[in-house]
Amino acid sequence: MSILIDQTTPLLVQGITGRIASFHTKEMLEYGTNVVGGVVPGRGGETAQGLPVFDTMKEAVASTGAKASLVLVPPPYAADSIMEAADSGIRLCIAITDGIPAQDMMRVKRYMWRYRQERRMRLIGPNCAGIISPGKALMGIMPGHIYVPGNVGIVGRSGTLGYEAASQMKEAGIGVSTSVGIGGDPINGSSFRDILQLFEEDPETHAVVMIGEIGGPQEAAAAQYILKHMSKPVVAYVAGLSAPKGKKMGHAGAIISAFGESAPEKVEILRDVGATIAETPADIGNTVSQVLKKAA
Amino acid sequence: MDIHEYQAKEILTGFGVKTPRGGLAYSPEQAAYRAHEIGGEKWVVKAQIHSGARGKAGGIKLCSDEHAVFDAANEMFGKRLVTNQSGPGGKVVYRVYVEEAANIEKEFYLGLVLDRTTERIMVVASKAGGMEVEEIVRSQPASIIRAVIDPAVGLTEFQAREIAFGLDLNPSQVQQAVKIINGCYRAFRDLDATMVEINPLIVTEEGTLIALDAKMSFDDNALFRRPEIAELRDKSQEDPRETQAADRGLAYVGLEGNIGCIVNGAGLAMATMDMIKLAGGSPANFLDIGGGASPERVAKAFRLVRSDENVQAILVNIFAGINRCDWVAEGIVQALENNPVGIPVVVRLSGTHVEEGRKILAQSGLPIIRAATLSEAAERAVYAWKQNNEHDVKLAASS
Repeated sequence: MSILIDQTTPLLVQGITGRIASFHTKEMLEYGTNVVGGVVPGRGGETAQGLPVFDTMKEAVASTGAKASLVLVPPPYAADSIMEAADSGIRLCIAITDGIPAQDMMRVKRYMWRYRQERRMRLIGPNCAGIISPGKALMGIMPGHIYVPGNVGIVGRSGTLGYEAASQMKEAGIGVSTSVGIGGDPINGSSFRDILQLFEEDPETHAVVMIGEIGGPQEAAAAQYILKHMSKPVVAYVAGLSAPKGKKMGHAGAIISAFGESAPEKVEILRDVGATIAETPADIGNTVSQVLKKAA
Repeated sequence: MDIHEYQAKEILTGFGVKTPRGGLAYSPEQAAYRAHEIGGEKWVVKAQIHSGARGKAGGIKLCSDEHAVFDAANEMFGKRLVTNQSGPGGKVVYRVYVEEAANIEKEFYLGLVLDRTTERIMVVASKAGGMEVEEIVRSQPASIIRAVIDPAVGLTEFQAREIAFGLDLNPSQVQQAVKIINGCYRAFRDLDATMVEINPLIVTEEGTLIALDAKMSFDDNALFRRPEIAELRDKSQEDPRETQAADRGLAYVGLEGNIGCIVNGAGLAMATMDMIKLAGGSPANFLDIGGGASPERVAKAFRLVRSDENVQAILVNIFAGINRCDWVAEGIVQALENNPVGIPVVVRLSGTHVEEGRKILAQSGLPIIRAATLSEAAERAVYAWKQNNEHDVKLAASS
């Protein structure tokens, strides 16, 4: 099993006619993802990658029965696209777009709360690589071939560092149940804690790799969850050991501004709650291997 | 993006925040004339740099005649001020702001930030004004008043009143404070700020509330819709390497070490820097070349990293997802053939089209040190840097 997505989840691509979106739609279809259409205002009635294009999300959901959407819309319009998805009845929205204004995201999250929990959309991202359940479905921009199906969940902020972890695991013969990129922005849809909970509840996931980085309170919140609710082993790595205070390291959210936000502090917090720490980014595969052996 | 104090004050004045009368000067003569224009008997000359804690570094002077204003400004212009917030390189003063001096009765702290825990705008205030906020949090945590703003409603009057009463102001001062807090909030919201700070907010002996200092930062992601803010950017206050990188669409942060890094993705870039440190080296920079990097972009990244004189070895670490290793390899070969760097270059390629990429590097005949994994790459880069360094030391000794 896997979390969030599998081969049956019907997906819409918002902004499907764009250059980058066309490329990734093709990749997702080749991987076996159930892409059912796209939405681009003003382009309704056309087709893209052989799929129907709609003007609005409501129309698209009504006619395709889509449950998930992938946002590949330029930053000035992305927040509006996410809210449109929330209002259309979509259950899971994955926002890949990088560069959305922080106050737009603040409003998006406020907007999502207007719906009752049973019809409230789950948002992943923005500024993330997406989700992959290896062998089943890929909703994002990651290279599918570096993931093999298996029983370890991956959750991380960074795309390429997630690839690094997955390929080390592949090398060590360890498969992945689902890998989720939660994105590098200060305000994001789902936190580490949210995804850890899904992995904890998934019977096919036996262990979780959590890849954090400097900045923000989400690793500390995840540590609280691990302490109180997590029965499965967690391997953690935190990037940014050598990052100076007050400097933004690429991701809009990767900036140390308060206590508990530096890499060494986050490592200590996670170690204290029983997570096994991968001391270097090159040790992620080995560390998972050892943890799985010990658990077996 | 940061702006200067005088720019922040001009913006906040437009939102109804009271600030002292003042004027900007680009020369000591202008500074003295500004003092004359403003009138009165006492002025403060303030160096305009993108950093707080200027006072201790000699960036703020109280003057009681126009000659003293001239001298103070003369002393500041062209000076590199190093504060505890400016980084070791400091910031050079090219502008000063001359203000009428205020008679301070009480000082407060007022700040608005984007709070990552609540994911909303938060107002923070304290009776312990004048100190840095970190210092207040440490030494007087009980004095801190916080209010979280619901984005659908905005700052309510009662929240602003609660903060003002919390600062023990009298009723007429509460009214003034409410106006100031509201003005700061509207400026924050309407201009896509990420931080507004008034420290100190003062009550004068005459009972008036004034923003004696002001700081604002803005969301880089929102500058596309705030051209009037984008215009306020002052490149003289940025690390020139970072300015160059930003103009070329690369994310770059200059550091103090000797091993230049070229990586794709922010997380992997940080992890690569960590590996260098663990292998006994020190990274010279953070550099993310992003996704879909063309050979030209890779070549630009090389030029940028090489422009830092401290760099004695270069480590390229690419895990291609959207990127293609063959394109990156072509970029590396192009860059090195056109501009030989004369220092060791270690390259690790992984992911999409990796075989093609490795072949291109091998066939180029260039002296590239190849590595298969992240740890190998870091170890080889540190080793190559040490070798290169020893070689230089020997050369220097023998000449």
